[in-house]
Amino acid sequence: MSEAKTQDKKYPAPQGNPETQAFWDAAKQGKFLIKRCTACGEAHYFPRSICPFCFSDKTAWEESGGEGEIYTFSLMRKSPTGPYAIGYVKLKEGPAVQTNFVDCDLEKLKIGQKVKVVFKPTDGAPLPFFTPV
Amino acid sequence: MTIKGKAYIAGIFEHPTRHAPDKSTAQLHAEVAKGAIEDAGLTIDDVDGYFCAGDAPGGAWPMVDYLGFNTRKLRHIDSTETGGCSYIIHIGHAAEAIAAGKCSVALVTLAGKPRTSVMPPRAAGAEVDFEAAYGATTHNAYGMCAMRHMHDYGTTSEQLAWIKVAASHHAQYNPHAMLKDVVTVEDVVNSPMISDPLHRMDCCVVTDGGGALIVTTPEIAKSLKKPMVRLIGHGEAMKGPRGGRDLDLTYSAGVWSGPRAFDEAGVTPQDIKYASIYDSFTITVLMQLEDLGFCKKGEGGKFVADGNLISGVGKLPFNTDGGGLCSNHPVNRGGMTKIIEAVRQLRGEAHPKVQVPNCDLALVHGTGGLLGVRHAASTAVLERV
Ligand SMILES: [Zn+2]
Repeated sequence: MSEAKTQDKKYPAPQGNPETQAFWDAAKQGKFLIKRCTACGEAHYFPRSICPFCFSDKTAWEESGGEGEIYTFSLMRKSPTGPYAIGYVKLKEGPAVQTNFVDCDLEKLKIGQKVKVVFKPTDGAPLPFFTPV
Repeated sequence: MTIKGKAYIAGIFEHPTRHAPDKSTAQLHAEVAKGAIEDAGLTIDDVDGYFCAGDAPGGAWPMVDYLGFNTRKLRHIDSTETGGCSYIIHIGHAAEAIAAGKCSVALVTLAGKPRTSVMPPRAAGAEVDFEAAYGATTHNAYGMCAMRHMHDYGTTSEQLAWIKVAASHHAQYNPHAMLKDVVTVEDVVNSPMISDPLHRMDCCVVTDGGGALIVTTPEIAKSLKKPMVRLIGHGEAMKGPRGGRDLDLTYSAGVWSGPRAFDEAGVTPQDIKYASIYDSFTITVLMQLEDLGFCKKGEGGKFVADGNLISGVGKLPFNTDGGGLCSNHPVNRGGMTKIIEAVRQLRGEAHPKVQVPNCDLALVHGTGGLLGVRHAASTAVLERV
């Protein structure tokens, strides 16, 4: 299985909603947004209008540097669409993000590895993925 | 207020099937309902409370109509849906309802056909656009937990394999078990990798089938013929990434549901003589044993090794029916069969080769949803009177 590489997959288009539309509009510009609460100062992901930590409604969009490290992953080998690696990235800004790791040798992924965001196209807004730096 | 001692599990039934191409899902619900009601020595006309979860076709209204309850009498309905642990939550809610006088004979049913029919998709949550494309499944969501647990605590595939080995030792005596062969650590670690670091034999079986329970008052339980088993402690909890802060996949919501149940029961993990532990994957068992306090966090690998979970061999006999890893995981939901085997142990009705001597205190614990994403947990402490 050492040849397990990212394949060109078709991903579902995000449906969007009024609460998260700004995220997808920014994604079309190649920007990866998170939300930060101006009441408690904590960043969170995925974005909510009300802070999940202090329940304040004072949350603001913020562009993330899109950098972080792999918290954990699992290489799913039995899939009709080919192997893929699901995992979580802990962003430099703090929040953990569920994602897939792409454009790399999936056999060589390691916990703690530095990764950065890359967008992949869908029929709608592009989706964020992560790839080793 | 407490539910301690206020409700008894008076009827149990596990469907013997593991493959049911010739039956409907509703029919399986009816068959397990009939089995549990008859096991208790009651009739459908005695039932005044009904509990079901997401596996019940159409939910509670169609099931109540289909099963033919006496609807003049049926006065308490609960369709709490928390995946595979729904039924462990149900017995707690049934005890609450019984303690409050809202019903006196509650029926809980689970049934379905993941092998021989199409399973309805789960409704999307607020996270859908931010997660659905990444393909979280049971295998890889639990794989992510195992990967991090190994990283943080040095847990090994061989230690996880001991959990499957123990289950297989028990399954050999269960004529209904889907997998009856005793396996070794080598068999498990040499089975194909499904989603790193989980091998095929780290995964539970997929089975058609179901099970049902009757929960009732102390007075009614006393009037029936079965050995008396009562609920003395119950807890429930949920856990998720919660905005991504402090993500830690090495523990489950069992760290909260467990103490709630133990505190209510007034017992400790060391008092437990038999444990039914949710076993969708080997890692599920290991993490929950730690979370419930059977060993320290990070020491689950050592705790499960060398047959410590095998009845008659180790310190904590678990899943003596073979569990979900070998016997049955009906509808991809293991909570019901966990309760049933615990009641068998407390009644002294387990297979003689795996029956725990003088088993008067048992624990049931389960999870629902995806441990590596968002999940529920429920813990119950049961006592033979
Ligand atoms: Zn806040």
